Amino acid sequence: MELILIFISAAIVNNFVLAYFLGICPFIGVSNKLSSAFPMGLATTFVMVITAIVTWLIYHMILVPYDVVYLQYVSFILVVASLVQFVEMFIKKVSQPLYRALGIFLPLITTNCAILGLALFIVLKEYSFVEAIFYGVGAGAGFTLAISLMAGIREELELANVPRPFQGAPITLIVAGLLALAFMGFAGMISV
Amino acid sequence: MKKQVTLFTEYTKGVWDQNPVFKQVLGMCPALAVTVSAMNGIAMALATTFVLTFSSLIISLIRKVIPTQVRIASFILIIATFVTIVDLVMRAQFPALSKELGPYIPLIVVNCLILGRQEAFSSKNTPGRAVLDSLGMGTGFLIALGSLGGIREILGSRTFLGLQVMPNAFDPWLVMILPAGAFLSLGLMMGFLNHMNLRKKDREERELVARHLQEPKMSLEHGEEVKSWS
Repeated sequence: MELILIFISAAIVNNFVLAYFLGICPFIGVSNKLSSAFPMGLATTFVMVITAIVTWLIYHMILVPYDVVYLQYVSFILVVASLVQFVEMFIKKVSQPLYRALGIFLPLITTNCAILGLALFIVLKEYSFVEAIFYGVGAGAGFTLAISLMAGIREELELANVPRPFQGAPITLIVAGLLALAFMGFAGMISV
Repeated sequence: MKKQVTLFTEYTKGVWDQNPVFKQVLGMCPALAVTVSAMNGIAMALATTFVLTFSSLIISLIRKVIPTQVRIASFILIIATFVTIVDLVMRAQFPALSKELGPYIPLIVVNCLILGRQEAFSSKNTPGRAVLDSLGMGTGFLIALGSLGGIREILGSRTFLGLQVMPNAFDPWLVMILPAGAFLSLGLMMGFLNHMNLRKKDREERELVARHLQEPKMSLEHGEEVKSWS
């Protein structure tokens, strides 16, 4: 039960994009089309889950026992960067079509603050190993949900007559604001 | 070879023409997340400027030593080192502020603004120019975060830098300090700035056309003079 609550909390109530503002860059940059937004969400989720596992292990097995917690930012970002590289190579080897579909989005995941944010939040909230995995899956699902919703709206928006000064980033931000308002409806549902 | 820019322009371009938040749409995560109050925004911008300036200095100093293949990883490591310094100093000197900004201080590491400047500028320019460029970008970031934070604080909690500026009769707009308010106010601000820019550009274009239409008549009346100053 506890684990399901963590999942729902990370995915919907405290959505990474709409409540914590993590991963705004891909959220605005890659949300033009649903066909690219959804795979991007899935790839990010995949990296998030592995990051949650690896950084938890590094933090509790290496950083804490050897009392070098101040190295956590340096080591976490190294882990994320090399993980993304590794995932890229892995996907290239296993499935060529998927690799081509994701294309340039894969390396971009490194600078997605949602990944590093996830690692930091897991440390901050003192989650256990299993809880950390569920938190990672939930955060990824929330990111996928938000970016897919956004892409769906933006596809419709292309047909709309947006005033000239608001074209591009401004209207995207306003749409994101309305989405965030909608997600506020979930606030208070769970207090985790 | 591109045109040599003066040192002064190197600084001022980041303040307005290429403002990181309003024009380049970089560094959005902190810009939206911490601007609940003007103070938070300013603190965040100063921390970011510190990291940006010092990492630019180091990177432009060693830009010829770093192999191209591993440059991104080296940039990130240098940035992460300075972020750790900022985080430790803030925790020791301003515990309240550091608690409020929470995980967003370590997240400076992945601020696209910083990595973007290193990749686009510091790794190709001399240390002096790189530092000026970083200070300019930092100032631009400060203007953006300060104004966004100020607007949200005034409308959302009636105060500015902790001092009450709106009368008690003014009902605070709660939405402004919630996540949705951040997206909405930044979107509206960017739209407004675009509007001003477009108007200015339109006016300049109109003036250009008007001058062009007048020109032949002028040159007929005093051809010699026109030629001498054009």
